[in-house]
Amino acid sequence: MTASIRLQLTPDVRYVLRIADTCLVHAQRLAEWCGHAPVLEEDIALSNLGLDLLGQARALLTHASRLEGGGHGEDALAFLRDEHDYFNLTLVELPLRRGGADFADTQLRCFIVAAWLAPLWQDLSTSRDPELAAIAAKAAKETRYHLEHAADWVVRLGDGSDESARRMQAALVRAWPYVAELFDDDAVDAAAAASRLGPPASALREPWLASIRPVFADARLTPPADGAFRSHGRRGTHSEHMGYLLAEMQHLQRAFPGGVW
Amino acid sequence: MKPTAEWPLWEVFVRAKAGLDHKHCGSLHAPDPKAAIQLARDVYTRRQEGTSVWVVRSDQIIASDPADKAMYFDPMEDKVYRHPTFYELPKSVDHM
Repeated sequence: MTASIRLQLTPDVRYVLRIADTCLVHAQRLAEWCGHAPVLEEDIALSNLGLDLLGQARALLTHASRLEGGGHGEDALAFLRDEHDYFNLTLVELPLRRGGADFADTQLRCFIVAAWLAPLWQDLSTSRDPELAAIAAKAAKETRYHLEHAADWVVRLGDGSDESARRMQAALVRAWPYVAELFDDDAVDAAAAASRLGPPASALREPWLASIRPVFADARLTPPADGAFRSHGRRGTHSEHMGYLLAEMQHLQRAFPGGVW
Repeated sequence: MKPTAEWPLWEVFVRAKAGLDHKHCGSLHAPDPKAAIQLARDVYTRRQEGTSVWVVRSDQIIASDPADKAMYFDPMEDKVYRHPTFYELPKSVDHM
């Protein structure tokens, strides 16, 4: 087994890793659908979507590695960190094919995350960091498609049969406690906003709401009341599912150090 | 409501680049026109094959009957004079 790497975590590195890890872990969960989606066509669509996210993660990890300065590179950042050094949203690490979650959770999560990434990429495209701005400008096009594809599914299932509506509403109840984290600012966000690296999480709330409201209305979905629970994946504190996800994701690189295609 | 029949079948046409025509490249199942376009994009253009996609409900295509093949198409076999190359042009128009 290869030892884990340790990082010099400046606020800028943390800020970029939060986005990179959200894309990476979201992609990992979507990849679990490969060969298992309800229909062949959507199986390919979900894989495409996951690969877009993986591509975004790669670009951001490469950039984070450069900002961090330790010379680790994208593969080491993706596969050789310990759990508390991942800074993804907790929402994207929750299982999609186990623990009561299903295809409705999958499309709903894709929608919630795409609606969050879309305004994030838009703001980042004017970042003081030109590399980050370029990555964001490219990713924005991909996310626009993800948003539309997932929104259509949310409406199709939410406003579909009794069974699909029940499942989509149940998926929303499962996801909702983890949504608060999407807009939860801390010192890293404040530093990014002050230095014009990128927007604080709280700035994404209004544009996010503006894109989900009409879709939820068409889908006849009602979010549950906000609770007191807060997840903190962006700060490195993860759910019980993260360790299993990492074990699977990191296995090859840990067992065959430096292995490449 | 119970899940009913399978999604309808759609034929997919992809245009490789501006100026070229749309070429038939396969078919897929989708629940509605918009999903058909999106899934066509995902299934048939993921390796940069296209810049435009058409989908047509397969049951909307009227096809010739394979049983009519002999009657419809074989008679053309011996009519070479229907090709312009069959005719010798006068020298004065050799750049047709």
